[in-house]
Amino acid sequence: MSNDKVIIAEQLTKRFGHFTAVDGISFDVHKGEIFGFLGANGAGKTTAMRMLSGLSMPSSGKASVAGFDVYRETEKIKQSIGYMSQKFSLYEDLTVKENIRFYAGIYGMTDTFIKDKTGFILKHLHMESEADKLVKSLPLGWKQKLAFSVAVFHEPKIVFLDEPTGGVDPVTRREFWSMIYQAAETGITVFVTTHYMDEAEYCNRVSIMVDGRIDALGTPQQLKRTFNVSSMDEVFLKLARKATRAAD
Amino acid sequence: MRTLKFLLQKEFRQIFRDPSILRIIFVMPMIQLLILPWAADYEVKDINLSVVDHDHSDYSRQLISKITASGYFRLRDYTASCPSALRDIEKDNADLILEIPASFEKQLVKEDAATLFMAVNAINGTKANLGGAYLKSIIQDYNREVRTEWIQFPRFSPETTIEVTSSNWFNPLMNYKYFMVPGILVILVTMVGSFLAALNIVKEKEVGTIEQINVTPVRKYQFILGKLIPFWVLGLLILSIGLLISRVAYGIVPAGSFLTIYVFASVYLLAVLGLGLLVSTFTSTQQQAMLISFFMIMVFILLGGLYTSIDSMPEWAQAITKVNPVSYFIDVMRMVVLKGSSLTDIKYHLLTVLGFAIFFNGWAVFSYRKRS
Repeated sequence: MSNDKVIIAEQLTKRFGHFTAVDGISFDVHKGEIFGFLGANGAGKTTAMRMLSGLSMPSSGKASVAGFDVYRETEKIKQSIGYMSQKFSLYEDLTVKENIRFYAGIYGMTDTFIKDKTGFILKHLHMESEADKLVKSLPLGWKQKLAFSVAVFHEPKIVFLDEPTGGVDPVTRREFWSMIYQAAETGITVFVTTHYMDEAEYCNRVSIMVDGRIDALGTPQQLKRTFNVSSMDEVFLKLARKATRAAD
Repeated sequence: MRTLKFLLQKEFRQIFRDPSILRIIFVMPMIQLLILPWAADYEVKDINLSVVDHDHSDYSRQLISKITASGYFRLRDYTASCPSALRDIEKDNADLILEIPASFEKQLVKEDAATLFMAVNAINGTKANLGGAYLKSIIQDYNREVRTEWIQFPRFSPETTIEVTSSNWFNPLMNYKYFMVPGILVILVTMVGSFLAALNIVKEKEVGTIEQINVTPVRKYQFILGKLIPFWVLGLLILSIGLLISRVAYGIVPAGSFLTIYVFASVYLLAVLGLGLLVSTFTSTQQQAMLISFFMIMVFILLGGLYTSIDSMPEWAQAITKVNPVSYFIDVMRMVVLKGSSLTDIKYHLLTVLGFAIFFNGWAVFSYRKRS
């Protein structure tokens, strides 16, 4: 196993009864990479991500995340990853500061570390005046940026982002991606799903899932060349139109 | 330990920030304890009585005044016609009809015997039963008076009379509230302990925050303790508020020690919290959890001996009360508050509830999954 590979999946499969949500996917993700995980609704992206982050038990296949096995070492995986789900998952009835403190605390960060880094993050997000406001009072874009900051607060090796920019305005989306780049520069590997093809262009490599399988994998340039088109949008449409599975 | 500290801190912040929970903690016990014991009263008073008097004699009038003087009856109608009294019953104006036949006095004096007729509206069984019994005992009393008046100085009474005097132990004045208030308090503690905890966890499922917790290194036992402890504290808080209210409003001071109550309540809360936890693992929306909880509390109350005596239930229902934790706590509360029972007296109850606690929590921990 190469040290450079932080996620390795081999024939990873998840079945719910007769339905195969994820059908034998294989791929590697390198350290510090921004890996785009694309696919239509219902293609199996979230299920695959849940298996990798230890939330869902794979039906078959092999996978390791941060060097730990997804069957046996999920608790060790959880210590090494950050996760931002499709659903907004900070506590709306806690303040910005309290949310940061809570999540940092349960990852075992020390009080001084929490205090210093909270100040740094709030400044960076320009949210110092909102520090003691309840999270439910924040606009969606701010919430998402805050949720990302919380997901990488404990400096995980990998961060999983499940459609982090859904419903967010274009300006905030730009800002969000600059945060992703900053995280990647510090060595955090970013595993991100998205529906926005402009965002796919920002990724180092992308995979496109169709009906539970990975139909294409490579850098955006490679994929465009292979499919002989000029944008990721067209690559995606070419592949996604083959899908037989109904969207959810 | 540190993780647990953060979990508890978060939980308490959320609880005390939620106005509806605060209302449940402080307003609900006050309303329930201040209003319910007055309304949930077994004593039957104000029984509406219609008298049909065909005799109009001194004796019949004496009898009637004796009945009304008892304080249990309200004379609604005094007629000489049966159909009019029956109409009273039909219209629900009367619960009882007493018919005094025409030669009542004459027969009593001359033949030493007379008959009265009593008709009872039995729609409300308790009222009918008790009303009929009261009336009978008043008439018997009256009968005795008449006899002593007529049979002068008998050497031996021709009829053996057994006089029964009774003394009421533990609740000498038979104050109904002493019996109800501890029971209602138990229901309150149960509701807070189990259902608030269940709703709280299911809410995290609904909002999606539980998934975020599941993807952190928080251990299963830490998460569960983080949920159990706050509601355990809350339950004991409600119990204390309730004991204070029953002291201030009803002057109820437990005959036994507070220690006994709190020791039992601590174990009992573990059992009902386990039940709440179990409900939360088998439901995915607050609505489902509410409905299940509502169903359970109905069973708990009706088969817990709060309103009706367990001893007079059919055997199969008594068997159900054996697996109802509420029935144990109600029993213990009444034993400690009224009889002054000590920890050794309630040992059986304590051990049984401890068994429930282990069973429910064990099952809940077993079925709670961080991973699907």
